[in-house]
Amino acid sequence: MLEFPRWKYVLVALVMLVAALFALPNVFGEDPALQVERKSRAPMDDAARLTIEDLLRKQQIVLKRDYLDSGRLIVAFNDFAAQLRARDTVDATLSDVYRSALSNATRAPAWMRTLGLKAMPLGLDLRGGLYLLYQVDVNGAVSQLLESYEQSFRRALNEAKLPFADITTLNSGAAGQSDGLRVTLPAGSDNAAVIAALKKVDNSLIFRGTGTASGPAVDMLLTPVQIKAREDYALEQNRTTLMNRVNELGVSEPIVQRQGLDRINVQLPGVQNSAEVKDLLGKVATLEFRLVDTQNNPVQAAQGGRAPLGSKLYKRKDGSPILLKRDVVVTGDELTQATSTTSQEGPAVSIKLDARGAESMQRTTRLNVGKPLAVVYIEKSRKQVEVDGQKVERETTTETVINVATIRGVFGPQFEVTGLTIAEARDLSLLLRSGSLAAPVDVVEERAIGPSLGQENIDKGVRALELGMLAVFVFMALYYHAFGLVADVVLLANVILLTALLSMLRASLSLPGIAGIILTVGIAVDANVLIYERIREELRNGVSPQAAIRAGFDKAFSAIADSNVTALIAGLALWVIGTGAIRGFAIVLTLGIATSMFTSLLGSRALISLMYGGRRKVARLSIG
Amino acid sequence: MEFFHRATSFPFMSTRKLWYGLSAVLILISIVSLFTRGLNLGVDFTGGVTVQASFPAAANRDAVSSALVRAGYADPQVTIFGTSRDIAIRLPPTKESTEAVRAKLEQILRGMDAGAEIRQVEVIGPQVGGELQRSAVQALLATLLLIFGYIAVRFHTWRLSFGAILAVLHDPILVLGTFSLTRTSFDLTVVAAMLAVIGYSLNDTVVVFDRIRERFHGSRRLEPVVVLDQSINQTLSRTIMTKVVTLIVVVALYVLGGPVLRGFSEALIIGILAGTYSSIYISSAVALDCGLKAEHLLPSSVKRPVDSMP
Repeated sequence: MLEFPRWKYVLVALVMLVAALFALPNVFGEDPALQVERKSRAPMDDAARLTIEDLLRKQQIVLKRDYLDSGRLIVAFNDFAAQLRARDTVDATLSDVYRSALSNATRAPAWMRTLGLKAMPLGLDLRGGLYLLYQVDVNGAVSQLLESYEQSFRRALNEAKLPFADITTLNSGAAGQSDGLRVTLPAGSDNAAVIAALKKVDNSLIFRGTGTASGPAVDMLLTPVQIKAREDYALEQNRTTLMNRVNELGVSEPIVQRQGLDRINVQLPGVQNSAEVKDLLGKVATLEFRLVDTQNNPVQAAQGGRAPLGSKLYKRKDGSPILLKRDVVVTGDELTQATSTTSQEGPAVSIKLDARGAESMQRTTRLNVGKPLAVVYIEKSRKQVEVDGQKVERETTTETVINVATIRGVFGPQFEVTGLTIAEARDLSLLLRSGSLAAPVDVVEERAIGPSLGQENIDKGVRALELGMLAVFVFMALYYHAFGLVADVVLLANVILLTALLSMLRASLSLPGIAGIILTVGIAVDANVLIYERIREELRNGVSPQAAIRAGFDKAFSAIADSNVTALIAGLALWVIGTGAIRGFAIVLTLGIATSMFTSLLGSRALISLMYGGRRKVARLSIG
Repeated sequence: MEFFHRATSFPFMSTRKLWYGLSAVLILISIVSLFTRGLNLGVDFTGGVTVQASFPAAANRDAVSSALVRAGYADPQVTIFGTSRDIAIRLPPTKESTEAVRAKLEQILRGMDAGAEIRQVEVIGPQVGGELQRSAVQALLATLLLIFGYIAVRFHTWRLSFGAILAVLHDPILVLGTFSLTRTSFDLTVVAAMLAVIGYSLNDTVVVFDRIRERFHGSRRLEPVVVLDQSINQTLSRTIMTKVVTLIVVVALYVLGGPVLRGFSEALIIGILAGTYSSIYISSAVALDCGLKAEHLLPSSVKRPVDSMP
């Protein structure tokens, strides 16, 4: 008798049942579809659904089916032409309320959707789209932090009535990276009092009194931990901002993720126009509010090219110079909401401030009634500059004073800013809404894959998988007879299990991923071959069939485990170090090893026990 | 069906000197080629622009190439990619924006054939390329180190470990050598394939070594040469069977998987063939020449900490 415990049969059957359920949605394929959502983020309802359906019917666009999915309406079509026409129709007539995006709709029945069973998402190489890799200038983020400390220091010293000569940045560490501030003081100043005042700004900062040629000074150096924390914050903040902006674009199933220490990758399925997208994603625009320096002559300062102490030289829209106070009343970070509106004076942006910004604005306006307040529009755009003889794209900042108004009363947390063109007002409100980028970003890698190429890649990959597996099935059956058929069932089970796992993990499938599945077939076959060869060998040595089966599984185990460990090592190295499609391959390979261990050791044994275990005596095995 | 109806008894070990010579020559050629010709690194590693385009009819590679030169692109590499209607254009890193390159190429290609279509544009910055080169080398070294560590733990004698390490080094060097000699584009997917090859290569060696250990347990009187030959013969059926099946799927991938996976499947094919051979003639033979004997593998001298407990 071959013994195989009942609970193991149950386990194998249960696992395969669940796996089949999760793998099933992948069988149905997809239709081209349009995803429609409300710009207000309110979920779509049946009324909205009827509106869209009516509109498309009027244009004689044939709908295949439509359904609501997590607050969005998905409309499926028979072909790409209908999909594109539908998008254009919706965008042309309903774009003020709805946002549409090209998408794919699964052909799986509705009950699967409601159960949350979904097919593996396809990677960009299989469905077409735009891949962007952003390099985040983390040094820039640290500089920004120092700038804000510098302002706080000025304010703190002024409030404490401690005189100081100037505040400059320090570069103590790596080349080019500022990592500290130096406050130079007039001769005879009390370092300890200054440090005490500065400590109030941020108690975690480390200060050190020193002396320079021009007098005593206090240095503040950021610790490596503080720098790391800032860089990390900048990266996360940028990721969130990019994600928000991508959402504003209306792309279906976008991916925005951190990669390494200073990169963010953005994957936009279905998007082809990279210029427009890059422009909007990488744009940095914000507002600042500053008091006007009325004491000095801006024309004089512009001619000398130098602003007086405590002031900064700006230009108005018409190019004329203006001097503004160095201390910022409200920065872009303190704006919480911005919507473009129209006021009596033309296009405007309605601004809402957070608590800190509102308090600062209130205090400043109370103390400065009758004085002019300037609104600075800051836009960072990309220009080519030469660095070490190589031309690279760099961010350049243009700051323009768009509006100077006399403060007539105390400002509340909400007010309107005018002086913008319609386009500027719209862009600004969108960019302010999505949050500002905490550090400048550069595109360092870009891939645009056409949709037809994606479809071709799928077809090729799937055909290679199908034919490869078919050949293996036939070969195994010829070589090992009934045992070969068992191996075939087990191989199929392995592919189902792997597909189920990948669908569950929502790991996106790329072409190298398909290659990984194909390689997994090879690994799974190896386990079966090891077992069967061992059984044959035992039979040749004259062992009884049932004992041979038992010995085959037991003795082959160490070889199977060993060979899987070696493949696992390679898979894990790839997983840790690889990115993008390579990581996809590694995930498939690693999971495939795990599933092949399960299917060939448990699944295969269950089937063989089922075939030969029930009988008391087996005369011969059908193993070729 | 069986490859061998009876247990085989090929005297593998007796011809090992010949195979050492062959391996030495192949390795030498590979290394010389790597140092003199280098690898044809793909755009993943060098940075630059690749554009895939397709024509309605067969593409004229030279015409595209000269049109690009006329448009001011120095040294464009144009290859037929997949079918005769598809081309891949590779340009060195450029200062132009992606959109500008795309628009310009579209104009050039449409000028040659109005139905030409740009299907994919890839732009990889030089610094990313440099980094990928570094991380690919790191991945290879890390894998080799992990594998060496595994070998050291797994086999109880340095003789087997040494043989396994040589075999593991042998296969990727041959893959690199072939890619260098044929100037096949070496990109990230090929690195992935090489890591898989390293895993596979050791896999065979482990199976053979496992059997060697078992054989020595069964009959410690036998000459090592006999035991090694027997072990290899006994696992031969499995070795060939597994390799045939794996080759079936990889060849399917090579033929049907399209140009994107061609380098990947090519590396696997070479690696699998080399791995089969090296598990016999490198790892086992080297272990033998290092003086492998039964007592190196038998647990006679193994301390038993359990027994020392009161």
